[in-house]
Amino acid sequence: MEIKKTAIAGTLESSDVQIMLSQGTDGIQFNLESDVEKQYGKAIKATVADVLKAYGVDNANVKIVDKGALDMVIKARAIAATQRALDIVDEPMWEVL
Amino acid sequence: MENSVKRELPDELMDKLDYKPFETVDFGNPEIQRVAPKVRATTGKDKLVDSLEKAVTDNVKDGMTISFHHHFREGDYVFNMVMRIIIDHGYKDLTLAPSSLTNTMNDITIEAIEKGVVTNITSSGMRGTLGDAVSHGALENPVIFRSHGGRARAIEEGDIKIDVAFLGVPNSDEMGNANGMDGETAFGSLGYALMDAKYADKVVLITDNIVDYPNTPASIEQTQVDYVVKVDKVGDPDKIGSGATRFTKDPKELKIAQTVNNVIVHSPYFKDGFSFQTGSGGAALAVTRFLRQSMIDNGITASFALGGITKPTIDLLEEGLVKKVMDVQDFDKGAAQSMKSNRDQQEISATWYADPANKGAMVDKLDVVILSALEIDTDYNVNVMSGSDGVIRGAVGGHQDAATAKLTIISAPLVRGRIATVVPEVTTNVTPGDSVDVLVTEVGIAINPKRQDLIDALKDVPGVPVYTIEELQQMAEAKVGKPEPLEYTDRTVAMVEYRDGSIIDTIKEIKD
Repeated sequence: MEIKKTAIAGTLESSDVQIMLSQGTDGIQFNLESDVEKQYGKAIKATVADVLKAYGVDNANVKIVDKGALDMVIKARAIAATQRALDIVDEPMWEVL
Repeated sequence: MENSVKRELPDELMDKLDYKPFETVDFGNPEIQRVAPKVRATTGKDKLVDSLEKAVTDNVKDGMTISFHHHFREGDYVFNMVMRIIIDHGYKDLTLAPSSLTNTMNDITIEAIEKGVVTNITSSGMRGTLGDAVSHGALENPVIFRSHGGRARAIEEGDIKIDVAFLGVPNSDEMGNANGMDGETAFGSLGYALMDAKYADKVVLITDNIVDYPNTPASIEQTQVDYVVKVDKVGDPDKIGSGATRFTKDPKELKIAQTVNNVIVHSPYFKDGFSFQTGSGGAALAVTRFLRQSMIDNGITASFALGGITKPTIDLLEEGLVKKVMDVQDFDKGAAQSMKSNRDQQEISATWYADPANKGAMVDKLDVVILSALEIDTDYNVNVMSGSDGVIRGAVGGHQDAATAKLTIISAPLVRGRIATVVPEVTTNVTPGDSVDVLVTEVGIAINPKRQDLIDALKDVPGVPVYTIEELQQMAEAKVGKPEPLEYTDRTVAMVEYRDGSIIDTIKEIKD
């Protein structure tokens, strides 16, 4: 699926993560800011990449500002951002959820 | 070589610095020869000087060891004043040996390191930008971290030989009789600085408040002081201690505090005349409040409270629930201000507080202590020194010393954000598991298997589920996931002494 518009989900509160998706042409490109990047950088990117894959998104620029979110939070924010970016909020892909 | 807590130590550095690996928490009864300072005799006519610059340039020489105390905490002006003069005069190769380093000292210390003015540091700890710089290899020689008791021991034994001590005080007379209790910048106990005043070759007092001779009560005596320098201001009264300490509303901290109190009350040590130490920090203050109610309910009073003191502890003293407060430093204004009016709030030096190498320290008589942790591992070893990212961001403080109490309780949440507190192996081992008895988290407690007596006493306390520490570690990991291992270079940026002067762990340069 193609990203239709730039979309954002999440806040900059402690233990949350803010994920912004915009159109890309060169696969999935990550820009990650996190205090726990050394310990969990790979895990954060993998969680978001899995969500994008489930939605069939092959090209996107992904900006992640992580404030120490747990994995389930990251997944939830990634789903919300993806549905907004694909403009399918009114008709979510239930099989992904 | 490897020490008894399985930390690999760098052979070359251990040999060069003549260190032994940590073996045991038992100090034994060795005979120790202490050192004595040089004294330049004077009748005192030349003591009072106007120029801090002259006091520095007349006494400091390249390669010397200089010291400071941290009783002004984040409100300290003295460290910056003295270090500015030292840097501007182009001194080289100094060793910095303060009782600890607060954030307000960071920028100028980094400048001094970058210019080669300071090439060695020993301290209780460091934080913020300085901890970050040292963790990334800014200082060529490793920092030596010592506990408050360990620093006292090192000074007495000559491992730290202080050439010039620059000690800020909120009052002094022209001969150098001074205390920490009176004056606009009063901070209460001078506990850590008393070591420097007694053992430094030169003692320079710095004050903004010259009072009539003779000044009493005198914690630092004129017999110890070479110079008294008058300056405009030694500190910012608003930043010396935190203001009124707020009672935490965080439900997790309250749950932990309540459980800590339950552990104390159901332990064999909760009886009339017991003694305790709580630290600062939200949960510790809440413990004091729960403990107060339990003491009233059970008709129990404490013989003494020890260590760094806060207002809630002074409240217990005033209510008669605690007979004496043995005070090495004051964390807030309430505690600092009460010292001068309450003779049961006794100022104690670092050696009296916590030093293993003397004829008995207060910690040797301590029943119960509540301590914090950045991390605790499944062998009950505790880290209060480095973050889970490997960067130095803490202090040994009195942790190792107070942990020798009969009942040592570590209070800590299972996780902080995405960082696990209960881990398979601590990043830096500061306090050995052999001296730790109970871990209290928000989900329940774990008891060191070496303490069967405590396991028996605490196994059926309502509302206090007992787990193995491995179970708590697995619960934490289930929440946050398994972190990637940190990457370090081969270079040692800091060595952590145990209180007896052996090496319990080292900190490596972090690779980014």
